[in-house]
Amino acid sequence: MKSLEDLKKMRELALKKVEMREGGKDYRVVVGMATCGIAAGARPVLNKLVEETAEKDYNCVVTQTGCIGMCVYEPIVEVYGKDGSHTTYVHVDADKAVKILEEHVGKGKVVEEYTVDSVRAREV
Amino acid sequence: MMQDLAMQTLEILMNSVGAKADTVILRIRESEHDNRIDIEVEDNGCGMSPEMVQKVTDPFTTSRKTRKVGLGVAFMKGLTEQCNGSFDIQSTVGVGTTVRASIQKDHIDAPPMGDLGEMIMYVIQADENIDFRFYYTTDNGNFEFLSEAVKQELEGVSLLEPEILLWIKEYINEGIIHAKEGME
Ligand SMILES: Nc1ncnc2c1ncn2[C@@H]1O[C@H](COP(=O)(O)OP(=O)(O)O)[C@@H](O)[C@H]1O
Ligand SMILES: [Mg+2]
Repeated sequence: MKSLEDLKKMRELALKKVEMREGGKDYRVVVGMATCGIAAGARPVLNKLVEETAEKDYNCVVTQTGCIGMCVYEPIVEVYGKDGSHTTYVHVDADKAVKILEEHVGKGKVVEEYTVDSVRAREV
Repeated sequence: MMQDLAMQTLEILMNSVGAKADTVILRIRESEHDNRIDIEVEDNGCGMSPEMVQKVTDPFTTSRKTRKVGLGVAFMKGLTEQCNGSFDIQSTVGVGTTVRASIQKDHIDAPPMGDLGEMIMYVIQADENIDFRFYYTTDNGNFEFLSEAVKQELEGVSLLEPEILLWIKEYINEGIIHAKEGME
């Protein structure tokens, strides 16, 4: 059974990782989780992002926000870089989420085909 | 679209986050004996004027610019009406808001509770700085989760570390099961 005691060990591990990576995280990954996002499938996306980040130790924090404001494109994932870069991915599912972590957060390469701009371009 | 109670409650909690609350208290009571589920969300956010409180249960009210209709509060209210329940909002500008919803537990239209641990993980992911308190009560036992107690143990390590988020989710779901079974 879990207890608050577990956190002491988890704290040590987290601190070791912080040391290794020398400071804050490089990326902030944000999922839109309003009703429309949840209905469109944001939950498995957010859960996958958290699990993969834990497992593969990606250099990012995963957060969520209520409404990103483009309901027709949900689930939406935004990736903010430390350098001020900002990418919006749309119609994301769990598999695409894995790829975004691997390519964008892992290697610094934007996954162009999932971005809002390229999805919009394909629509016309 | 049928949403579980956890996801509907998340909408109410996200309103508290949006209202810039620094303390959010969620109380859930599930009673077989009384055949009720009571959900209460209390925040110390910006609050609402009496006119706003009146309007807010109308599905066409939102102060947001990104979406034309607000749904969170109206959905919750509609659900309570459907499930032989009650609904109430108390709010004071500059002080905060308390939303109370109660439904008949075994009502045919009552949605399942859903994953409360996951829901609370999402609240923390929305704003890790909030002092979030969860009190869960059943006929057999209680469970509480206090974000500040976790922060105290972590001494500066962020709640947003993914391992910590996953731990929180499981810790809460374990606590809920134990409260239901009457174990401490
Ligand atoms: N806890 C709260 N504190 C302050 N204002 C609130 C709160 N809950 C709801 N509101 C106000 O009521 C509006 C409607 O809320 P809601 O029904 O959830 O729709 P939405 O969040 O999509 O606007 C919100 O936009 C906000 O202005
Ligand atoms: Mg809302």
